[in-house]
Amino acid sequence: MRQRSLIAITAALTAGALTLTACGSRDDKDDGDEAGGGTTVVIGVDAPLTGELSALGLGIRNSVDLATKQANEKKYVDGVTFKIEALDDQGQPSSGQTNATKLVADKDVLGAVGPLNSSVAESMQKVFDDAKLVQVSPANTNPALTQGPDWNGGKKERPYKSYFRTATTDAIQGPFAAQYLYNKAKKKKVFVVDDKKTYGAGLAATFKDEFTKLGGKVVGTEHINPDTKDFGAVATKIRNSDADLVYYGGEYPQAGPLSKQMKQAGSKAPLVGGDGIYSADFIKLSGKQGVGDYATSVGQPVEELPSAKEFIANYKKAGFKEAYEAYGGYSYDSAWAIIEAVKKVVDDNDGKLPDDARAKVIDAMKDVSFDGVTGKVSFDEYGDATNKQLTVYQVKTTDPKSGWKPVESGTYTGTN
Amino acid sequence: MHELPQQLVNGLLLGSMYGLIAIGYTMVYGIVQLINFAHGEIFMTGGFGALTVWLWLPAGTSVWAALPLMLIGAIFVSTTIAIGAERFAYRPLRGAPRLAPLITAIGLSLALQQAVWAWYPEAKSARSFPELPGGSIHIGSVTMQPGDIFLLITAPICMVALGYFVMKTRIGRGMQATAQDPDTAKLMGINTDRVIVVAFAIGAAFAGIAAVARGLKYGQIDFRMGFILGLKAFTAAVLGGIGNIYGAMIGGVVLGLAESMATAYINDVPGMDKLGGQSWADVWAFVLLIVVLLVRPQGLLGERVADRA
Repeated sequence: MRQRSLIAITAALTAGALTLTACGSRDDKDDGDEAGGGTTVVIGVDAPLTGELSALGLGIRNSVDLATKQANEKKYVDGVTFKIEALDDQGQPSSGQTNATKLVADKDVLGAVGPLNSSVAESMQKVFDDAKLVQVSPANTNPALTQGPDWNGGKKERPYKSYFRTATTDAIQGPFAAQYLYNKAKKKKVFVVDDKKTYGAGLAATFKDEFTKLGGKVVGTEHINPDTKDFGAVATKIRNSDADLVYYGGEYPQAGPLSKQMKQAGSKAPLVGGDGIYSADFIKLSGKQGVGDYATSVGQPVEELPSAKEFIANYKKAGFKEAYEAYGGYSYDSAWAIIEAVKKVVDDNDGKLPDDARAKVIDAMKDVSFDGVTGKVSFDEYGDATNKQLTVYQVKTTDPKSGWKPVESGTYTGTN
Repeated sequence: MHELPQQLVNGLLLGSMYGLIAIGYTMVYGIVQLINFAHGEIFMTGGFGALTVWLWLPAGTSVWAALPLMLIGAIFVSTTIAIGAERFAYRPLRGAPRLAPLITAIGLSLALQQAVWAWYPEAKSARSFPELPGGSIHIGSVTMQPGDIFLLITAPICMVALGYFVMKTRIGRGMQATAQDPDTAKLMGINTDRVIVVAFAIGAAFAGIAAVARGLKYGQIDFRMGFILGLKAFTAAVLGGIGNIYGAMIGGVVLGLAESMATAYINDVPGMDKLGGQSWADVWAFVLLIVVLLVRPQGLLGERVADRA
């Protein structure tokens, strides 16, 4: 009997180990310039700094870091020095919540930028809201985060007053992709795959609705397990479904291998995804099979905006090791939104931080309006960005740095 | 059902990889009754060993020419780590209660994972791995990649070689003797320490080969890949009858086929449309494991042994 119980203990320990690895996050403190003296205001950053999604996460951290450095350099807020405190959530909701608690406990933190994943945001919102700490996400696109779980049923209700975002939502990202692919790329039969996570499933659903509304046909659906890289069986189903398009709701660590494997299996259909696959790493992972694939992303390509030239130049000058990736501009703008709000609070209080600075910052966010890297930055009554630009990108070459090329930018015009 | 042959091949490929890794679990368990939970990470480090060799080679080297060197690199790294683990983490605990080495194994597994995370350049996200050149191969309605062919050829060769080794060589027979009764084997003049090291090394070498196969198949490796695959391989070893080397391979293939069949067909079973697809494949694989263990607690090829504890 000893052996049987050994197996049982083993199973229990394995489960324990699983949790441990998932929570193995690290603090990555980045001490900003302390030269300014006076009050220090910390802007928290929560993003996956390690693990599969770290390419996007590090871009977020670096961009926020750049924003605070510039604010300090310009002495933008009198007597206030900004610093960042970057925490790693590894894309895990549990780590995100722990990090939120940690940021809330630090009295110097007056705002947080992040997270990357909508599912992580869900776990953080209440923690921040209870502490009246403002959170601005550069990347969350799930509509429910700002408009409540019933957003699709017509009853929009903002669940948390402390939550804002500079990214636009999947409520328009999915349909925008559907309109482009059905009308312009002339794709009629789609196979829809998602990873069942908040972001992926939501995006896939909004795409599917619009695509069928336009007259397209869904020839198959599949949910994948994001822990695996073997999509052999799914790839075979896709090939046999005769789809001329595969929509993937999820992120690049799975989208890359999926694109590769479905084309190796013999499918000619391009893979399409949302901003979660718009990353240099997608090209690395999908290789030559990824050429021709599409992604939509929020806003206009940063490189094309005149307002972004300065950001790109400064980013280069700051010498970060990692690229700013899809959310760099949005993260920079998110950080600046907090800086602007802090400035207003300080100015209204005779150049000093009031005792209830956190609550005042949330109030000030409503009126924040400035020209950012990604265009005009301001928020509507739900905390959503008023800027609703979107762009379709396509992989043109296998070079990860320059493979993604914008094919069409625009604003989604709803059919409903 | 016209996709059935392809799905069978998909399952066979996945299963061969599970099987190659499962041999490491089963051999070590068969001889020292230790579930070496660091084995998944030993597999992972093998992959990074092969990648290192590839990065050292001058740019433009053909993958075919590099493959033997990459295999050597993978096997070198994985066996070195396995032998080191045996010597420094498990041997000092050999007389201790069984739970102690098990906990050490899990600790070692986390340590290896974090070591690669921390020190291997750019290993914080997935690293791309070279792929075998050449287009896909079509046999009837089945499509396969050169990397798949590598796996399909390597797995049986490894099995046959291992079978020969265990049955025909002196040290192989020493292994069998040690597995049956380590104390008596020692009295008969068998160097059991050496036998145990060899068991660890063979398991690790197979894991190294599996890591190269995985890299070639998916074109990427990452520091976390050993965890899930290790768990699946352990499941395969239990399914096949832990301690039995052929059982490990068969358990792997059965598990792989179960996953691929579940993904492809459970959806089509009336009333099961919500319980199918790839996200449910693991669930069905484990349901299969439970059923097998209920009907045949010793696993598919395992023998019912008297408890020695």
